[in-house]
Amino acid sequence: MTRGPSLTFWIGAVLSLSFVAAALLSFLWTPYDVEALEIANRLKTPSVAHPFGTDHFGRDILSMIMVGARTSIAVALVAVGIGMGLGVPLGLWAAARKGGLVDEVIMRGNDLVFAFPSLVIAILITAVFGASALNAIIAIGIFNIPVFARLTRGAALSLWQREFILAARVAGKGAARISAEHILPNILNLLIVQGTIQFSLGILAEAGLSYVGLGAQPPLPSWGRMLADAQTMVSFAPHLALIPGLAIVLMVLGLNLMGDGLRDWLDPRIRVARA
Amino acid sequence: MLRYTLKRALSLLVSLLVASLVIFFVVEVAPGDPAAYMLGVNAQEDTLAALRAELGLDQPKLVRYAAWVTGMLQGDFGTSYTYRTPVAQMVADRLWVSLPLAAYALALSTLIAFPAGIYAASRRGRAGDMAVMGATQLGVAVPNFWFAMMLVVIFAINLRWFSAGGFPGWEGGVLPALKALTLPAIALALPQAAILARVMRSALLDTLGEDFIRTARAKGLSPGQALRAHALRNALIPVLTILGLQFSFLLAGAIIIEQVFFLPGLGRLVFQAISARDLIVVESVVMLLVFAVIVVNFLVDLAYAAVDPRLRART
Repeated sequence: MTRGPSLTFWIGAVLSLSFVAAALLSFLWTPYDVEALEIANRLKTPSVAHPFGTDHFGRDILSMIMVGARTSIAVALVAVGIGMGLGVPLGLWAAARKGGLVDEVIMRGNDLVFAFPSLVIAILITAVFGASALNAIIAIGIFNIPVFARLTRGAALSLWQREFILAARVAGKGAARISAEHILPNILNLLIVQGTIQFSLGILAEAGLSYVGLGAQPPLPSWGRMLADAQTMVSFAPHLALIPGLAIVLMVLGLNLMGDGLRDWLDPRIRVARA
Repeated sequence: MLRYTLKRALSLLVSLLVASLVIFFVVEVAPGDPAAYMLGVNAQEDTLAALRAELGLDQPKLVRYAAWVTGMLQGDFGTSYTYRTPVAQMVADRLWVSLPLAAYALALSTLIAFPAGIYAASRRGRAGDMAVMGATQLGVAVPNFWFAMMLVVIFAINLRWFSAGGFPGWEGGVLPALKALTLPAIALALPQAAILARVMRSALLDTLGEDFIRTARAKGLSPGQALRAHALRNALIPVLTILGLQFSFLLAGAIIIEQVFFLPGLGRLVFQAISARDLIVVESVVMLLVFAVIVVNFLVDLAYAAVDPRLRART
């Protein structure tokens, strides 16, 4: 029986892809220049000219949201790339050498990284190298590595017991080739689903890091920074805080719905830990 | 149980050792001279030399590492460069804000998540389940610091039920202090409660399909009784795992939430230390946070064994 993805998936896809589209569009066009300050127009509430209003420098908030989406998406996406790029090979390696020294070292190393929440990694890196969007990427990316390594190892271990792997071994293929040719394609669905989850967690983490000043630095617009700027003005200009926050919520919600939908569609049997 | 505990304790010690090595070498050794980082680019050479001697930087790295670790074991975290006070004292003062905040939030999120998860599981597929699941879907998408700002707008600025920030200290009585921590704790707790409720629900649904539940039902227990008497205890393992993982998110979250409410906790301490290049403080706070996470996960491992006797036998 073949069936398409569920309605949940489509709602999530439309939500998150519209932010991706807005981010891409911002390279070519934004309603206003995000670096142009217009003090006369400061703190305007939403209107036809400025659908989301203006901030304390008179910058157009819609334009800033579009450019900020760029930062959020780039940081979260590269961090997922780091997590997958390092975590998946490590997990495959550990599974191929199950119970051996390599497995033990990789898994204990994973436990260790889990003890460093990405905020703590970011604090360490920032204290030594200074704050930047790049450091946010590294901090979130490092935390993603054990997530993918554990998931990959767990899924690969059960595959190593299967007959078609035994057949490949009898055919004389080595562990590395079996991992690449037979194990990896079979866990790809799982990795894609976890990828969307880590992507959404990355958006949240980037916003948090930028909010406390450990992530994107001015003038680079970022949703977290917009919230930090808005904080002292919430009493008289609540829209400054409301709009970037809603952008984060909708983007993350979209990615989560998409992940749920993908999981149910790609493999109803596999249940991914969503924590 | 003793062998299990000893084995876990050994791996706890190894983790702490490696973590302390990583932190020490990232902060003190990686890029050049910590004294220069603390004083900035325009520092005089003799000032730098004086600070290096004061920090013990003229000694070999391994000696300094050993001194740092043995100092911490005796409760001596060094002296803050900017404040000229013992770091241990500064951290202890701040802990009295951050720890109660994290504990308050943990209690709130458990209080919300357990009933919500149990309710959703018992109403599987019905409107009540859908409503709880929809709410949790929203809950995991909301950044806690933004939620905190919205709470301030509603409950502090408009309704004036709470103050918008600050902390009166515990000297003025427990109730005012708890009141000051209430909005931050809610902001911290709700997103975590959403995750916990989802895990609770799916763990319960898993155990409800087991044979022993069918047996219990055959003996005449109502679905609700079977759930409370048999399924709940068995669903606790995954829930405990998440609670352990959540502790590190709660600590990290507390650091961020403190910024929203201007609370004098660990978060403010560490951010001030970063901007003042006070690396000794950063190093100690980071070690403390990592220590807390590792110890909590150790306790969670022990709790597993207490809940599920099979785990004790396995190792």
